[in-house]
Amino acid sequence: MGKKTQNQAKRKLSEANQQEVQVQADKESNEEDEENLLNVVNGEEVDSSDSDRELEESDDEADQLAEEEPETDLEGLSDEDSEEETEDEQNSEGESVEEGENDELGNEESKTKQTSRDITLSKVPDEYEEHDTSDEEDIRNTVGNIPMNWYDEYKHLGYDWDGNQILKPDTGDQLDNFLKRMEDPDFWRTVKDPQTGQNVVLSDEDMQLIKRIRAQKIPDVSFDEYAPWIEWFTSEVEKMPLRKFPEHKRSFLPSKHEAKKVSKLVHALKMGWIKTRAEQEKLRAKKEPQFYMLWQTDDQSEEMRRIHKHIQAPKRLLPGHAESYNPPPEYLFDAKELKEWNKLKDSPWKRKLHFVPQKYESLRKVPAYPRFIKERFLRCLDLYLCPRAIKMKLNIEPESLVPKLPSPKDLQPFPTVLAIEYKGHTDMVRTISTDKSGQYLLSGSDDCTVKIWEVNTGRCLKTITTNSVVRSVEWCPNAALSLVLVASGQEVLVVNPHVGDFLVNSKTDTILEEAPKSDVIVTERVRTTVQWSEPDDTQRERGVRLLLKHFKEVSQVTWHGRGDYFASVMPDGQNRSVVISQISKRRSQLPFTKSKGLVQYVLFHPTKPCLFVATQRHVRIYDLVKQSMLKKLLTNSKWISTMAIHPGGDNLLVGTYDRKMLWFDLDLSTKPYQTLRLHGTAVRGVAFHKRYPLFASGSDDRSLIVSHGMVYNDLLQNPLIVPLKRLQDHKAFNDFGIFAVHFHPLQPWVFSSGADGTVKLYSN
Amino acid sequence: MVSKRKKKFTTGEGAQFMTRKAALKKLQLSLNDFRKLCILKGIYPREPRNRKRAQKGKTGIKTLYHVKDIQFLLHEPIIWKLRDYKIFNKKVGRARAVRDFEKLNRYLNNHPTLKLDHIVKERYPTFIDALRDLDDCLTLCFLFSTFPSLAHVPRDQSALCRRLTLEFLHAVIEAKALRKVFISIKGYYFQAEIKGQTITWIVPHHFSFTPHSKAEVDFKIMSTFVEFYTIMLGFVNFRIYHSLNLFYPPKLSSAIQADAEKALVDEDIFVSERVAALNFPLTKTSNEVVEDDLEIDSFQTGEEDADKIEEAKKEAERIRTLKTLFKGLKFFLNREVPREPLVFIIRCFGGEVSWNKTLFVGSTFDENDESITHQIVDRPSLEKQYISRYYIQPQWVFDSVNARQLLPVNKYFMGEILPPHLSPFIDKERDQQYIPPEEKALYDPTLLEEQHKKDEKMGEQGESEEEESASDKDEEVNDEEDSENEGSDDKEETEENLSGKKPKLSVSVGEVYKEVPWEKNRQEKQEYRLREKMVKNKHKKLYKSMMAGRKERAKEIWLLRKKRRLHDEQDKKPKKGQRKTKNGSATPTKKTKKQKSQ
Repeated sequence: MGKKTQNQAKRKLSEANQQEVQVQADKESNEEDEENLLNVVNGEEVDSSDSDRELEESDDEADQLAEEEPETDLEGLSDEDSEEETEDEQNSEGESVEEGENDELGNEESKTKQTSRDITLSKVPDEYEEHDTSDEEDIRNTVGNIPMNWYDEYKHLGYDWDGNQILKPDTGDQLDNFLKRMEDPDFWRTVKDPQTGQNVVLSDEDMQLIKRIRAQKIPDVSFDEYAPWIEWFTSEVEKMPLRKFPEHKRSFLPSKHEAKKVSKLVHALKMGWIKTRAEQEKLRAKKEPQFYMLWQTDDQSEEMRRIHKHIQAPKRLLPGHAESYNPPPEYLFDAKELKEWNKLKDSPWKRKLHFVPQKYESLRKVPAYPRFIKERFLRCLDLYLCPRAIKMKLNIEPESLVPKLPSPKDLQPFPTVLAIEYKGHTDMVRTISTDKSGQYLLSGSDDCTVKIWEVNTGRCLKTITTNSVVRSVEWCPNAALSLVLVASGQEVLVVNPHVGDFLVNSKTDTILEEAPKSDVIVTERVRTTVQWSEPDDTQRERGVRLLLKHFKEVSQVTWHGRGDYFASVMPDGQNRSVVISQISKRRSQLPFTKSKGLVQYVLFHPTKPCLFVATQRHVRIYDLVKQSMLKKLLTNSKWISTMAIHPGGDNLLVGTYDRKMLWFDLDLSTKPYQTLRLHGTAVRGVAFHKRYPLFASGSDDRSLIVSHGMVYNDLLQNPLIVPLKRLQDHKAFNDFGIFAVHFHPLQPWVFSSGADGTVKLYSN
Repeated sequence: MVSKRKKKFTTGEGAQFMTRKAALKKLQLSLNDFRKLCILKGIYPREPRNRKRAQKGKTGIKTLYHVKDIQFLLHEPIIWKLRDYKIFNKKVGRARAVRDFEKLNRYLNNHPTLKLDHIVKERYPTFIDALRDLDDCLTLCFLFSTFPSLAHVPRDQSALCRRLTLEFLHAVIEAKALRKVFISIKGYYFQAEIKGQTITWIVPHHFSFTPHSKAEVDFKIMSTFVEFYTIMLGFVNFRIYHSLNLFYPPKLSSAIQADAEKALVDEDIFVSERVAALNFPLTKTSNEVVEDDLEIDSFQTGEEDADKIEEAKKEAERIRTLKTLFKGLKFFLNREVPREPLVFIIRCFGGEVSWNKTLFVGSTFDENDESITHQIVDRPSLEKQYISRYYIQPQWVFDSVNARQLLPVNKYFMGEILPPHLSPFIDKERDQQYIPPEEKALYDPTLLEEQHKKDEKMGEQGESEEEESASDKDEEVNDEEDSENEGSDDKEETEENLSGKKPKLSVSVGEVYKEVPWEKNRQEKQEYRLREKMVKNKHKKLYKSMMAGRKERAKEIWLLRKKRRLHDEQDKKPKKGQRKTKNGSATPTKKTKKQKSQ
């Protein structure tokens, strides 16, 4: 097929009349013919609005021909073609950017700049003499333009002019290929012709051509890019006309068509539909923001409608030392911190710093911060997207939350130092008690013994062995009697300890010598619960005077204030779990017919005939005279362990296994007046002092906390509670710490018995 | 008559809030337009007190706007402009589709423009309000002034930003309002004080623009912000210029224009280039001196007030000296030094500055000028050096400004390892924060003096030991710091010592009751711990969290201190090793250094 090379370029509008170059090389050329044409690309700036006018022209040459044919128009329009062809590729692409539109209204806005750079023509005279057309190139294979892989299965590859098969050459295996590569010096310039399947060795000329194409030079070596400009049509006015006949009259008369157009333009200008350049400039200047004195004064605002209850966006935090380009060395991350920082990639808000501190030796080495734009963007998002509210910021020191309490120094005396240790028990000491004068201390332990100590010396005066674990002991509050209650297993022993005043001891013995006669019939229910019996000789020898056999294990015994009655608690006893016994009449009774839960602890009111019964969750107060319940205290805890009553009788302290101590003001309410969380673990013992405003608590965390608990006579004034001292001397044993706490009846001293088998006395 | 049953959410919080969807419906705007409107008008969602009620019982988290805000938007005239935009886009699209370029051009030339003046006035009732909100505005404008042209961002926006920010810088220079500067890894922080408002802005380092995907950064949104901020900044500039007696589009004095020998091709460009140089004073409308530092009158009110007034007076005095910090100094910038921030700072404090003529327009003197006092360089060495000037690194300028005095230059000489650059924005009053030893020395000159004294003593002892002291300097600072922390304990100990000495007079040596020094402390701590347990249940969580925070801060301080100590130890080791090896050669090098510095 013949290739028509044609170039046509027009200069700017002003130069348009000067020249026109038209090159036609109508000769047909072979495909091997090298392109002798440097296309002219117009440097037109296509406005973004005009970009859609860009057309991509197919390489269909006929089309190209058709488009390029009207080369003779000499009007002010510019028309440029660009054509580019590459030989090594099959598809030659001609792209022409056509600027068909020129604003007829003289719109100066269209910024069309046209530069035509170069137009050349090369004449290679006898290039096509050997073959007439490109059709006649040396084609041996006659199968036509079909995909050659159709012949993949065959030995041949199409047919030659005579109809004989063209056989495929031997392809050889990898080894052959390798040998060829090693031996054949021309291997690198051997290519395979897809049409014939033959290997073709490229000639030097071919190599030259490829090199030039690769270097983006014009393939033809002989082509001169900078050939001198040939002015085909001179810019000077010729003296002689080019044509032999004169100009037509029409060319001297003003065109009606143009006149119409001009009048249209003038009209549009008059009406202000289109603007002159100067006017447009002015308009543009007006569109630029104009600044003026918007605020007349600094701080007086004008009345106008504004945003409702405006909340200002908070300012960004100012940078600290860590953000410096040259921070002090301690701010730089070490390997651990860096690892931590990287680990929080998915949750960056948890990071301590939002950047990694960097140190640069000098200012010139500081690069741009890669997240800068992102950070600004996030700030913008915050400004318009983040919900705002006014939050009151608490600006207080944590110390101000701690209640102001009087200093412990002003609340002396209270026990502060460990004075005496009472050693001798071999197992946990569950319970302690003192006699009324405070001379002797009684302790009961898991080693099945009860010991009586002299308080001031720490000497063990007596050891009474029992048959079982001693869970509770209590000294009789009646000074005229020398009696001690011991709860050991299922038995409750009434023991005369034989210490102190000899007269009292002997008198007590005589009183208990013989049982009083009574004709009251003991009911079946009581008989099955408690059986009074006389101790045998060995027991009598030990000091046991009376023996009460209970049907279940007794966990606690407590005296009534007068020392005649006592109560014993059997938690497993269900509705018979509380027994009240009277020593003088040797009689027992069961106050409750119904079980209200697992009874933990019972207490007599110090002055009134009231009984406090603590079940797992509640404390109930019964009037023993009226046989009715007075109150039910709500403790809000899971499991009550122990109780103590203030000597005044109006305040109750309840210790629980869930670490709390509850102070009930019985006059105030059934809910705790104060909940004290002084201990870290279960509270096992609480006690009030009889004279001083003190109370103490012991718990499994081995600590004994002595507190000031002042109860005022004035009903309007609430009790004052101040923790004073924490004493921690007991050793832990099987996760147990302190079991029982007991105050000295006269002195501000406190005893504590622990799981480590000791009893300790703290004095002031 | 039976009263109508009240419907839910018709009063109270339920009626006060509106979801975004409802707002869009009410305003009849698309989400994009609504977003633009919100940005321009400064409308933001509100956090309700009770979200469930505010969302009319609906669960989930919705963006809630105040109903009054939406009603406020309803009356906004620029809503109509936004609708015009919609129509305009349709017209343009159509004209382009049918290739009616004549129409297209006409439309494009008459595109609707938003006028935001009234919004500026509405959002900022007073000038002071505008100044207070200038931080984000300036930072964003400085960032945009470095941008190339981007899709969806108006072409002239970056140029406008550049112009306005330069004008602002000029205003700060003229008002001498700059107070603090800081080189961060993010950029240069500047803090100025105008009309009693502190304004902080960041200028990014060079080449800050990096392309971002739309999912990451939406430049369209930022551009909308900038659209408003440019208008606001323009008005602020105008007012500042006015109050400084300057012409608003800044004018250079005629002398400079006369200097230009050639006939000007474009005068506007000439002026704008000179303005961008930041090196020429602007012409004033009148020669009246704007005196804004007023003497603070002292009223006899109370002692506390008196103290405060005294403090304020001192501060004012310090600022007055700061304003003339570089007065009489002549700086020359080498070409590797970032020109704009340094010129800005130096000019703000009254210094003269110039640079190589080929670097940028506006240089006033050459490098070979003998009256140059400081040359700012940022390279390890320089071939040709003048003996009459200091060759210092740029950090000296920044540190001097923050210290409000000319710091000794010897630490900042060319090629020297720089001391750490500290942030001036640390709030000194805040407790529980780590103060690096360098900062401590800065605030407490006695520490420095002590150090100097020690150094001198060491120097007297022998020059060979001088080096050691220098290396130990940091350590000593550390030690002092530690001693301060344990100060209370130390004092007790000294008291004991004194009491121990006294019994010399007594006849018999009595048994001194030796109080364990920490016993009292321990006791108090124990008492406090018991008291702590009496915190009300209501406040327990708060108290715990506060204490936890305090603990965490203490831990952080401890960590930093430890890191510093380790670092100093690390530093010390190799130095000692070096000293052993070159014991003899150490002294002469020191001498030569001294000579150089003199």
